[in-house]
Amino acid sequence: MYRYDQFDATFVRERTAQFSGQVARRLAGELTEEEFRPLRLKNGLYLQLHAYMLRVAIPYGELSSQQMRKLAYIARRYDKGYGHFTTRQNIQYNWPRLDDVPAILAHLAEVEMHAIQTSGNCIRNVTADHFAGIAADEVEDPRIWAEVIRQWSTLHPEFSYLPRKFKICLIASEHDRAAMRTHDIGLRIVRNAKGELGFAFYTGGGQGRTPIIGPLVKDFVAQEDLLSYLDATLRVYNMHGRRDNIYKARIKILVQALGAEEFTRQVDEEWLRIKDSVLKLPEAEVARIRRYFAPPDYEKLPVYVESFEDKKLSDPDFARWIRANTHDHKVDGYRIVSISLKPVGAAPGDITADQMDLVADLADTYSFGEIRATHRQNLILPHVRQQDLFEMWQKLQGVKLAEPNIDFVGDIIACPGLDYCNLANARSIPVAQRISRRFSDPKRQAEIGELRLNISGCINACGHHHVGHIGILGVDKKGEEFYQVTLGGSSAEDISLGKILGPAFSYDEITDAVEAVVDTYLDLRTGPAERFIDTYRRTGIDPFKEKVYGSLKERRSAAE
Amino acid sequence: MANDRTVHQMVTAQWLLGGESIYWTGSAWSESFAEGKVYADQAAADAALAEADAFVKQRKIVGPYLIEVEMDATGPQPTSARERIRAAHNATFAIDHGSWSGRIAD
Amino acid sequence: MAVLRNGVPQPNEWIRVADDQPLPENAKVIVSVERWRSEGERLRQLNGALGVFLKSDQSPLLIADDLHRLSLVALEFPKFTDGRAFSYARILRDRLGYKGEIRAVGQVLRDQYVFMLRCGIDTIEPPVEKRVEGYAEALREFSVFYQPTGDERATALQLRHQRKAVAA
Repeated sequence: MYRYDQFDATFVRERTAQFSGQVARRLAGELTEEEFRPLRLKNGLYLQLHAYMLRVAIPYGELSSQQMRKLAYIARRYDKGYGHFTTRQNIQYNWPRLDDVPAILAHLAEVEMHAIQTSGNCIRNVTADHFAGIAADEVEDPRIWAEVIRQWSTLHPEFSYLPRKFKICLIASEHDRAAMRTHDIGLRIVRNAKGELGFAFYTGGGQGRTPIIGPLVKDFVAQEDLLSYLDATLRVYNMHGRRDNIYKARIKILVQALGAEEFTRQVDEEWLRIKDSVLKLPEAEVARIRRYFAPPDYEKLPVYVESFEDKKLSDPDFARWIRANTHDHKVDGYRIVSISLKPVGAAPGDITADQMDLVADLADTYSFGEIRATHRQNLILPHVRQQDLFEMWQKLQGVKLAEPNIDFVGDIIACPGLDYCNLANARSIPVAQRISRRFSDPKRQAEIGELRLNISGCINACGHHHVGHIGILGVDKKGEEFYQVTLGGSSAEDISLGKILGPAFSYDEITDAVEAVVDTYLDLRTGPAERFIDTYRRTGIDPFKEKVYGSLKERRSAAE
Repeated sequence: MANDRTVHQMVTAQWLLGGESIYWTGSAWSESFAEGKVYADQAAADAALAEADAFVKQRKIVGPYLIEVEMDATGPQPTSARERIRAAHNATFAIDHGSWSGRIAD
Repeated sequence: MAVLRNGVPQPNEWIRVADDQPLPENAKVIVSVERWRSEGERLRQLNGALGVFLKSDQSPLLIADDLHRLSLVALEFPKFTDGRAFSYARILRDRLGYKGEIRAVGQVLRDQYVFMLRCGIDTIEPPVEKRVEGYAEALREFSVFYQPTGDERATALQLRHQRKAVAA
């Protein structure tokens, strides 16, 4: 993984000192809250319902075991013993004090971490495919380019006061594991006809109040032109993005208003003037960064490991976990392990300091010290030998991290919601907990198969409800929480936006409604191979609507 | 009845340093919702909110605003899910703290 | 109000003249784009240096053909969160090759000062209530910069590869 050189290290120290100075000026009265707010946000510090919240950047989701131990230390010393992994591969702490934040940042800087641009109207911490470097289907390791973008976007002098936040995501396979087209810029690394690597730009996607699937605006930008094309795109947005209405300020609105074609023409016009400038990426720098992502020292391992196969046959729970939570690695004899942060009844994405320490130990013992965070709020140990899987699984079970539910109905994305968040209209986590308890039987979950359920506590859509196979959106009706259900969304390469099922459900009805949706699917599907999303696409929303509101009516009249 | 309904209000804010929700008692700030002073007329509520501004300037509190409360036999009650959760100073579910029991001192 | 150049306060030699005010002779005056357009001919006869004030929704492309007559372009920051003028400064320098003074006026905070210099702004007029010493401090906060912007500061990337070239 990338390691800081003296320049990166000095920079993060200087940024930490700068932010400490900003906190001191706030406390001394030199900065009003109005002035301090954008400054603290640019450093990931929010003021939430009960306390401050600090969002720590995990660039493109990659973490070392040493960094994970530091996160555990911070959770114990400055928070309440836990943290929360987010849909942008970051981690956030829910209870830090304002006057402790400079010390927290100093601790983070010791392990090459920070909270830079995890919020605010600037270019946010870049995300990438969590299988980067280990997936057989990628054309290039996207982390190399994510690191190039991290450096380019960090305290960008021209683009730190944008109309609104700006999110960039990178993938390098046809298979989209990172919801690439829901970003302000989604980049897919592709090969052109000549076999050269470059970037396809999908610009103007986003979720929130106005969900839009990012259109392909440029099918090939050469590697050396990546930064100039990004600069040109951001310049057009910075000058012409709307600043009069916060809900219309994202780049997606500009792209829609101009039309993708006219938008691209304006960007290209700007780009042609700057593409041969200082922004041209030198090959030497790409090579320098590439060296950090060289594969670890893999062993030559047999594809067939008898002890592993035996355990799968003799222990059905282990076999179930292997099927659900591990994926093929590009190197024979290794598997990619997903650690579900969604045990039954837990808060999705939450992890205790004790669990963080154990994950760090497992990474050291079994996975070259590497850990990944996913946009679905889970963790990954990227390279585990098949013969180690049983032992590791037992250790995960010991700390309730062996839930075999990756991509199943229990693997719920949920934002913090009204339990923590100042913007939320309704709670998300308790709804996720109730649904996860309703589907607690792992056999039932496996039988239902792939089903992505995403919950947002407000229209900002941090819980990705628009692109969930089942999406739940919390709304406020006169101070009471209600939940609107959408069906048919997807964030993968078959991306689609969900359609509203009908009138919203109360807090007490929503679990039943979800179960009715799932039961309807089981009735309708042609067989276990037809996923929920496939059935939905085949039948449309009507049979679901009928069944769900029909059964709700029965329940309501039975209750009377 | 709806016409002459009295609106009861409280002033709430957050501590600048810790961000905890706090309520104006009429003479001080308290983290206890129950101790918040209830204003039955708008002019008095507005005056109390204006008073809070001095604490903002002294960098003690941040973001004061008025909330509507409901009066029942036991006293004032929050009227929205949001204010109920704020008043409780915690999430509505049991948080898993692991072995953590308190912040580690220096 | 003094202006800051490289963090150092200097007397403000420029007079901003409102559209309905008479134009002083032999002075350095800053006028709006609208006035520049309607009275450009008269303005050039005043024997003084001329500057134009661009509001945050006015692109420098509006005065692209007149830049050689202008000694100063003032860019408005009506709110510190309105960052359009950062791009305007870069367009003035990089695209339009403007060599005169670029001045930031309005809500310019010290935390934005380095960004402004890096985008090609020379002088700033900070709000009256702000401590001017803070702006000079802000210029010492960073020694590492990632983005090449055309100013004289070396980027981390340039330093990395220079160092390697020397070592080799």
